[in-house]
Amino acid sequence: MGGAGRAEKFAVRVAGTGEQFACGEDEFVLDAMMRARSGPVRHGCCGGGCGVCKMKVERGSVFAAKRMSRAHVSEEEQREGIVLLCCVQPRGDLLLSPARHRTRENA
Amino acid sequence: MALNKTLRPGLIQLRVLDLDKTLSFYKDILGLNEVGRTADGRVMLKGYDEFDHHSVTLRLADSAGFDSAAFKVDSHETLEQIRSAAQAFGYAVDEVPPNTDQPGFGKRYGFKLCTGHRLEVYCDVEPARQRPMIKNPDLWGDEPPRGMRVQRLDHFLLFGPGISEAERFCTEVLGMFVPEICNTPDGKRLATWITSSNKPHDLAFVEYPEPGKIHHIGFFLQDWNDVGAAADLIGKNRLKLDIGPTRHAITRGMTIYFWEPSGNRIETYAGGYTAYPDNPQRVWDTDSLGRGLFYYSGELIDSFLQIVT
Repeated sequence: MGGAGRAEKFAVRVAGTGEQFACGEDEFVLDAMMRARSGPVRHGCCGGGCGVCKMKVERGSVFAAKRMSRAHVSEEEQREGIVLLCCVQPRGDLLLSPARHRTRENA
Repeated sequence: MALNKTLRPGLIQLRVLDLDKTLSFYKDILGLNEVGRTADGRVMLKGYDEFDHHSVTLRLADSAGFDSAAFKVDSHETLEQIRSAAQAFGYAVDEVPPNTDQPGFGKRYGFKLCTGHRLEVYCDVEPARQRPMIKNPDLWGDEPPRGMRVQRLDHFLLFGPGISEAERFCTEVLGMFVPEICNTPDGKRLATWITSSNKPHDLAFVEYPEPGKIHHIGFFLQDWNDVGAAADLIGKNRLKLDIGPTRHAITRGMTIYFWEPSGNRIETYAGGYTAYPDNPQRVWDTDSLGRGLFYYSGELIDSFLQIVT
């Protein structure tokens, strides 16, 4: 395994828990977290809509391959590294921490 | 099937985050037909077995969820009666002129419920171009049903605060009835299933602190075999499954729940008991809700309770 064309795997850690799991660069972080049964989020809509998988990327960078609902992640929050894990793929090793949940009145 | 002057939920508008991908799901996998686009780029869709212009509108937005739903009523007289009754109930009523934001639809009256949801009523709507046959009809027309073969919009479940008032609005203003409820141990309404027809529910509410949320949109399937076929398509297309195929004791529907690409939960549903307004109401205690929702396992799952858009 690990031949040419295989996506690179990164290590994702959850702050304060000691939990760690692997996530491919072409994989959504939530999918990897659910598969590994590691980390605080066990389910979600996986479409960027429900906000259940909201966390903060404390260290490392991610690529937002899907649009995240603004009802759950504001522009300001996104600048601070807050993401919906179902929408982002890793671009390096990640350290995640919990994010405060909020919702905006829908518009 | 309609027993009352309010006929059925005939239209729902949903917000989606990725229009192309989500539209492809509704057309190719769920099996709705694309009717056309509005001037501002929303997409109109309908089930193959529906007669009216369209029943689902998708709007590209920065959040997923519920914009509004509209009920068809039997006459202009009923429409005006509902307007007066809604005002007497204490809700402001606005008027949407014919053929404006929803092409093909006549005048609509709209009101915002205490739960944060906009509901509308209308009586006129143009016939769809693709309609079920009516003269010596085949089961379907020139094109066989696609994908999950959903026949029509069936119902939706809304989450918001103050559902007792919303239930009262549906019965007192829209003339609907309530075949089934769930109460908390201290007697407060936790969930209510409401209908204006023989269907066990045309809409339902669950008490929830945040306003304007939707739990799922239900589409009608022919039978249990089609619920299984829908599950096969969920697997094949790597859609995210919530639960099922399983059976509800509440409504007695055969069901499967999953999410479309923008995160709105979809139910494909078959069966259900025949509701009559003179039958006694079925009542659930919260500690029996697991069996009520998922009759085989009898266990609630967190994702079903916690995820809304």
